[in-house]
Amino acid sequence: MSTTTAIAPKEKFLQLVEESKKQFGLADQQRDAAIEFLNQFEIPTTRDEEWKYTRTTKLSNESWKWSNDHSVETINPYRIPKLNAIELVFVNGRYSTALSSMPLVEGLTCREGSMMVANEALLTNPANFFEAFQRATTTGAIYLEVAPKVVIEKHIHIIHLITDSNTVSTPLIVLNLQANSKLSVTESFCGNTKGLTIRRLSANVAANARLEYNKIQNEGDEHYLINIEEVSIDRDGYSNLNTLTVAGGWVRNDLRIALNGENIEANLSGFYLPRNKQHIDNHTKVDHKLPHCVSNELYKGILFDSSTGVFNGKVYVWKDAQKTNAYQNNANIIAGENAVMNTKPELEIYADDVKCSHGTTTGQLDEQAMFYLRARGMSPDSARKLLTTAFINDVLNKVDEEVVREYVIQLLVEKELLTL
Amino acid sequence: MLQIKNLQARIEEKEILRGLNLEVKPGEVHAIMGPNGSGKSTLASVLAGKEDYEITGGEISFKGKDLLEMSPEDRAREGLFLAFQYPVEIPGVSNINFLKAALSEVREYRGLPQLTAKEFLALVKEKSSLVELDGQLANRSVNEGFSGGEKKRNEVFQMAMLDPTLAILDETDSGLDIDALRIVANGVNAMRSPERSFVVITHYQRLLDFIIPDYVHVLYKGRIVKSGTKELALELEERGYDWIKEEVEAAQL
Repeated sequence: MSTTTAIAPKEKFLQLVEESKKQFGLADQQRDAAIEFLNQFEIPTTRDEEWKYTRTTKLSNESWKWSNDHSVETINPYRIPKLNAIELVFVNGRYSTALSSMPLVEGLTCREGSMMVANEALLTNPANFFEAFQRATTTGAIYLEVAPKVVIEKHIHIIHLITDSNTVSTPLIVLNLQANSKLSVTESFCGNTKGLTIRRLSANVAANARLEYNKIQNEGDEHYLINIEEVSIDRDGYSNLNTLTVAGGWVRNDLRIALNGENIEANLSGFYLPRNKQHIDNHTKVDHKLPHCVSNELYKGILFDSSTGVFNGKVYVWKDAQKTNAYQNNANIIAGENAVMNTKPELEIYADDVKCSHGTTTGQLDEQAMFYLRARGMSPDSARKLLTTAFINDVLNKVDEEVVREYVIQLLVEKELLTL
Repeated sequence: MLQIKNLQARIEEKEILRGLNLEVKPGEVHAIMGPNGSGKSTLASVLAGKEDYEITGGEISFKGKDLLEMSPEDRAREGLFLAFQYPVEIPGVSNINFLKAALSEVREYRGLPQLTAKEFLALVKEKSSLVELDGQLANRSVNEGFSGGEKKRNEVFQMAMLDPTLAILDETDSGLDIDALRIVANGVNAMRSPERSFVVITHYQRLLDFIIPDYVHVLYKGRIVKSGTKELALELEERGYDWIKEEVEAAQL
């Protein structure tokens, strides 16, 4: 008879941190600071308010490893057709120089390597165990800076590809848009491999700068994905952030937007179309700190089969943030018999001259519309797809770059979720 | 074309159609009139295959086939078209994309070759001009933000596109001003042919000045209680329905 002592999940992650020391180019100081946080945190459970509907048990009980395999022959299947893009590629969490096209574009500084960039993204403290773990490890990183008054015409396409089973990856993206500049970024999470990806993005949008940002999540049923985005915007700045979840086994998005000046416009939108037993969680937080800012939030989901969804939208309007316009909407269609959606808007308003609204709806596909389409000769399947398309169309339309929008539609058509 | 025999239908526990008989031959236009709640719209819904109704008796044969066995989409593909009393607004679905998809499925079923993009657009142009629907409207979301008249014209436009053999107009004239009514009626009249039949359900005789019916039927308490020619509609307009109700009650005694 043999006895085995089960290693506690937290210990396994700490072990991974130890192993990472030899591998990734993080400065000791940065790592040590993160490890201190890591020791204080526990892996979140459903007893934590922020994780009430998102279970971490399966994720924690898996065995994860760092991958040494970071080469693929081609990234052609993951390119966005017709997009004039600078492509930056991560394979199993490592930045791939061979597959990327680090550009020489005037006004754009592009660096890679954890040591080079991590400082820029350490202004805030990690909020939970997974974030601290990301900081303590950081398998790869890129830093993009746009000089003042420069508009980057080329699109930045960041591709995260997982090819090695049971790989954990913890990449970091830092965007720094100087005053009056503009940058458009699309990030793709792809692959059909079992893995855990914890990706953090830290963006600074200076005065009157504009950030267009899309995130396309398209992974297999066995993938776990945690995306943390911290966007800080200065006066007259603009950001348009789209979280487009085509597929993913278990996805947690944490979006935190700080409006640090006046006259800022922040749009955050997303759709999620989980199938099977997929679980998609969108947590957003918008901080209105000063007057005359607008935030528009629109999240839409259709939940098929036995999938589950979570939406939690926090909006804070601080005392000084008079004349704030903050709108939030979360609409859901329950298409699967066993699908479940948990939605919770949270508005905290301390200013007295503001316009804030929030709405959530959860319902079924419109039966009258279904009948109308069928009465014109459409099969139930194509009628359903047409209505699905219509439902998420206003989210798709938030995507500024047309070829990116077309690409996402194509992905949805391939998954038989949409019709053209 | 269409034979309805002793049709009985109910919604939940309420009996609405109680033994309805009707025969429509190719090329004929039948008007169905009747007081509120007589079962006119139920008849239209049952013919189109709406699942809210339970058929408790009778049969419907359409071009020799058992209509009640067919799904709503197969009825449409076989050539039955219902112009809705209340066309459904579908935000985000473009009128044109929807029609393209529908027409493609209908043509496939009928064994017709698919239209090229150019042919399709030419057809849209031709058929939308029938009801004076400008191109802009065809590109908008299905019925979204359309005026009442635009919605009804859109129904007739869709009808023209799908080229049915039997068209059922469910109160297509309700709520239309005289100009819109004339446009809708002209669209319908342009489609009249020896092969195509119409069942025109209406509340008002006025429509029948524009779309001249071959037969007029009065529906009351779920049955057709009187049939005649277009003069019957004029008489109903003049005298109302009470005399018909009395006749029916008297016959039952």
